[in-house]
Amino acid sequence: MAVCIAVIAKENYPLYIRSVPTQNELKFHYTVHTSLDVVEEKISSVGKSMGDQRELYLGLLYPTEDYKVYGYVTNSKVKFVIVVDSSNTSLRDNEIRSMFRKLHNSFTDVMCNPFHNPGDHIQSKAFDGIVSGMMVQTG
Amino acid sequence: MDQESGAASAGSFISLNEHEQRYFSGLHSLCQADTSGKLSSSKVAELFKVSQLPPESLHKVTEVCGAKRLGYFGTPQFYVALKLLAAAQSGLPIRLESVTANLPLPRFVGLKNEPDMRYSSSIPPSIEAQGAPCGPASGAVTWTPAADRSTFRHLEANVDKKQWSPPRSPCSSPPRSPLTYRSYPYAKQRNGVDAQIAYESKHSSRPMVQLEQHSSPSNYGTKPTAEHPAMARASSAERLDHQGVVDYTDDDPWRITEEQLEYYTNQFKSLQPDLGALILGAVAKNFFTKSKLPIPELSHIWELSDVDRDGALTFSEFCTAFHLIVARKNGYPLPETLPPTLRPGFMQPAEDIPNIAESAEPLIVFEDTQLRHSQVDRSVVERHQPSLPTIKQELTEESSQQDVGVKRGVTCQEKQTLQLGPFPERPEPPQELDPQMRMKTRPRSYSSTSFEDAMKKAEEPPTPPPRPQKTHSRASSLDLNKLFQQGAPGVKSGWLPPPPALPPRPPASQVPHFINVSEKTPQNKVQQPNFADFTHFREEEESSVKPEEQGPRSRFGPSTEDLTNTSKQDITAASHGQVPQKPIRRKYHPESQNLETPPPSAMPFPTPAKTSQKLLSRQKREIQMAIRKNKETNAVLTRLNSELQQQLKVVHQERVTLESQLELLRPLAST
Repeated sequence: MAVCIAVIAKENYPLYIRSVPTQNELKFHYTVHTSLDVVEEKISSVGKSMGDQRELYLGLLYPTEDYKVYGYVTNSKVKFVIVVDSSNTSLRDNEIRSMFRKLHNSFTDVMCNPFHNPGDHIQSKAFDGIVSGMMVQTG
Repeated sequence: MDQESGAASAGSFISLNEHEQRYFSGLHSLCQADTSGKLSSSKVAELFKVSQLPPESLHKVTEVCGAKRLGYFGTPQFYVALKLLAAAQSGLPIRLESVTANLPLPRFVGLKNEPDMRYSSSIPPSIEAQGAPCGPASGAVTWTPAADRSTFRHLEANVDKKQWSPPRSPCSSPPRSPLTYRSYPYAKQRNGVDAQIAYESKHSSRPMVQLEQHSSPSNYGTKPTAEHPAMARASSAERLDHQGVVDYTDDDPWRITEEQLEYYTNQFKSLQPDLGALILGAVAKNFFTKSKLPIPELSHIWELSDVDRDGALTFSEFCTAFHLIVARKNGYPLPETLPPTLRPGFMQPAEDIPNIAESAEPLIVFEDTQLRHSQVDRSVVERHQPSLPTIKQELTEESSQQDVGVKRGVTCQEKQTLQLGPFPERPEPPQELDPQMRMKTRPRSYSSTSFEDAMKKAEEPPTPPPRPQKTHSRASSLDLNKLFQQGAPGVKSGWLPPPPALPPRPPASQVPHFINVSEKTPQNKVQQPNFADFTHFREEEESSVKPEEQGPRSRFGPSTEDLTNTSKQDITAASHGQVPQKPIRRKYHPESQNLETPPPSAMPFPTPAKTSQKLLSRQKREIQMAIRKNKETNAVLTRLNSELQQQLKVVHQERVTLESQLELLRPLAST
């Protein structure tokens, strides 16, 4: 169960950010922003042969004392960032992967919608539904 | 007439007011009284169910009114029962005494109480005026064989009209669903005949809601005309059976009528002449943007209607989207999920009607709806006309059978299979559609995972080092590691097919020397020379790392010829002219070269003699370290030895094969 889920566009501005404890939202925004550096670093290091298949799932970007941040990059440089509570140790890697996969799928659906202009904020109820399903139920 | 006598008799011991008399007589006729005056118990039971009272109170009513005793519902019992129902609904206990109270009329599903009826009594005249002209018009549109159905459709259309406006006039009225219910009671306010019709139509309106489509938009206010009371009664009796069972939510706005479907078809054709093809997303966007709805709503509508998520609209998806747009324009809030009637399986209405009482008569209704839908399909498809009448016949044949659900499913499937042409994407019922579509349109998830897994697997194992070097990298001694690492690239290049010639290889003088040291040092009696050798070795190691690299390098590669070529430049100075091809030979070299080593090592020898005492302890320590190191190098070298011998064997084999090939070629060359 994620605490915060964010979708960052190619130009590194957020397309969608949602966090569960809404009172601390700014802190998560900041965390996501700083995690972008790690994402950039990862994709630049792996990209020695661009065009070659690059791993989409980046894994644990960095852990802090409170939470862990996972990253995922699509082939069009759209980044997904999931912030998970550190105390939630039951979350395994493949669960995070499946969360990213679901996000990617519903993101693709949003993109397929001709009424959605790429670069706009994501305002799809289906996408919201998927994200809500992934967020922490409490708080 | 029996009815009147019954009413009179009923009225003798219970007083029925005017309304009640009318109403009850209407209900009585509804329950299909046969000649003996008994009422059909099934109909009565349905009527009771419709009253929405709990079953135990219904039983009580039956008991009290005397029907249970008699075993049937006679007219008086019926009237008493109706009174008791009214009493129960108003909260009074079900007893004969309460019959005498002044009660409102019993309520049946969807029917309003008397006060409401009175209120709405003013409306009927206006509606009636409209009803007459609409009657024939609607009858023309609704082609069902029974005219009575058209009356109900009129009412239905009346109901629907208030909720819906034709797609051609998008700026229509807001939903007037409350009026739909109003329309029922004022129908009741008419005279006896009308009351019957109203009651029947009210009963029928609910199934009509689910079963039938909206009639043509030209029907504005429709009313069951007084001309069809009998037929209306009959059909309403049918309705009664499933009246209680069927309780659909008012999905009226989410059902596409025939007219609307035709309109959508024309619009589709204007965008894409082929009905079976897809409308691209951009095209659809431009088209729907014309409806002036806000973009987020259009986006939501798209999400709802594009069920296969391909970014394009099939004909059914287009209809769904258009319908949602029209609904939204009429003021309906957009649903969160696609209503079942709008799912791509909407062409098969029978699937949307799950709970149908299994009796022969309702089948007629569903047949009609199916037929009507089939006709709609026909008008739209214009392909399967010959097949559809056959389906119709099948349906009529099946009507006599009890097994409704299965047969309907079968016919629907038949219809579906026949209509697979224009609607290739919806052969499955809507419930199955979603998971299928989900599966169809989610290959990307699997591919991505597989790709990710493959990537992961590819990245997990480190790049395997060239085979001959593995052993070298495992060397524990640091010296060897340093040597071998730098020797690796050289050997890699050298591990190519060995040329047949064996140029003289400069011996690795330091290597034999090195081996010499490793062999000699364990012998403590030769401490000093060992020490000297060792220091000499160390100095040599530190000073000339490069030649030593070349040395071991030359040793490693079985195709040492190349190596010698590369290392010649460095080792020419120290070349002994020996070819250390066979590692075994090398071990003898130190013995032969041992004589050589003391002279060079003699040089640094005199210096430690000065400080002998300190030197002794130092020597001990150093010797011990040297011993340890030499033992390690010994182990490594023995390993190297074995591997090199293996490589040697391989090389020998290759040589043998090459020689044999040469021999084979020689006679050819000669000839």
